[in-house]
Amino acid sequence: MKKTALTEVHREAGAKMIDFFGWEMPVYYTSLIEEHNCVRNAVGIFDISHMGVFELTGEQALSVVSKVTTNDPSTMVPGDIQYSPLTTPEGTIIDDILIYRIENGFWLVVNCSNMEKDFKWIQSHLEGDAELKDLSDNMSILAIQGPKSQPLVEEVLGESLDDLKFYKFRKTKYHGLEIIVSRTGYTGEDGFEIYLANDKAVNIWHEFFEKGSKYGLQPAGLGARDTLRLEARLPLYGNDIDDTTTPLEAGLGRFVKLDKEYFIGKEVLQKQKEEGIKEKLVAFVMEERGIPRQGYPIVLNGEEVGRVTSGSMSPTLGKAIGMGYIKVEHAQPDTIISISIRGKESKARIIQGRFLNKN
Amino acid sequence: MSNPKELYYTKDHDWLKIEGNKAVMGITDYAQNELGDIVFVELPAVGDEFAKGDSIAVVESVKAASDIYAPISGVVTAINETLVDSPELANESPFEEGWFIEFEITNEDEVKELLSASEYDELVKGD
Repeated sequence: MKKTALTEVHREAGAKMIDFFGWEMPVYYTSLIEEHNCVRNAVGIFDISHMGVFELTGEQALSVVSKVTTNDPSTMVPGDIQYSPLTTPEGTIIDDILIYRIENGFWLVVNCSNMEKDFKWIQSHLEGDAELKDLSDNMSILAIQGPKSQPLVEEVLGESLDDLKFYKFRKTKYHGLEIIVSRTGYTGEDGFEIYLANDKAVNIWHEFFEKGSKYGLQPAGLGARDTLRLEARLPLYGNDIDDTTTPLEAGLGRFVKLDKEYFIGKEVLQKQKEEGIKEKLVAFVMEERGIPRQGYPIVLNGEEVGRVTSGSMSPTLGKAIGMGYIKVEHAQPDTIISISIRGKESKARIIQGRFLNKN
Repeated sequence: MSNPKELYYTKDHDWLKIEGNKAVMGITDYAQNELGDIVFVELPAVGDEFAKGDSIAVVESVKAASDIYAPISGVVTAINETLVDSPELANESPFEEGWFIEFEITNEDEVKELLSASEYDELVKGD
């Protein structure tokens, strides 16, 4: 299994380690629920070094990014970050990525499960002098998330982050090493992500804990990352979005710029927008006992009308919640649907907007 | 937490307390630790008959659902209603308050195949 620069640190901390798409990663340290609540109420730190980082440079870099993503990178200036699906010619989702505008091109931050596929895909669409490099091997990424994240990150980096707005990044120094800090995350909380070379990862991790105890800092694993993102209604590739679903079906239409001259999949998505989608990703809260899980049928009046893509007990709400695709005619908020859980139906209510009021 | 000497165990990390032809069953400390925070338990109904190997209960952590298979055959005589309302008892007190079901043993021969505490200690050693 592949290790991050911090794998040993997680093991020593007693984390339960799992094989996550070939990476040995912590799923939780002591308790998933405790870690989840710590991020909601104070601050937690995640090792997300398994994520892939590509650098795309050259005169044609903008044209390449514009072609492979549905969002519009042309308006970005260095320091800007954009979320975008990558789509197939059929308009379905290859991956969902973050695009960082750097001085001489872009950084593309991709899901670890899709790294090789994405790299090949983008490489096959290079033009002119555009050059694609995989920076992942020497890159550690930490996510510091929660309402107390700003004072803690400020203390470790020794600078104010007041002027670093959501979805912006900047270069800074950590003990002489150039690093990148962005105001981004996957938890629905305020938070930061730090990109730095592997050899300083253990250093900064320990420094976060030296300075973090007064803020209630705890390490958090992939388990809490999943429940936090689900409560924030953020889709997970492989669960809620994949190469059988389009961004429009997934409710990601605001990241699809159909007024852009061209991108891969545009024609299909244009047509889907005009004709209307047939299935839609919805979020629901269980009203009866049972926890929805990926793959469980969604049932209405005895007929299967959809399928659960993510589900869990929500630590914040104390109720089971989920997301899933459902035929669009049944997707109105407040519709009572049933989830077939091991052959028994349990009622759930489709919600409008978010699970939590706070974000 | 050590595994109580007087109990029987299975390779699937269940424990059984056997008195005469009655058994009480739950999951071990090792199992609850592997599962993580337990948030949901589904138990059979009193009177349900089951054969060794049948799925008789479901225990769900935040992350996933796991089936509990019958280690021996029997008929359910009681279920732990408190556990249904407070599934975290399976984490906090796996060998006591976190018990799952009580049942009548219908094939006493199967008891011989269960593990002793020392055999079970050996199985989970090093993990």
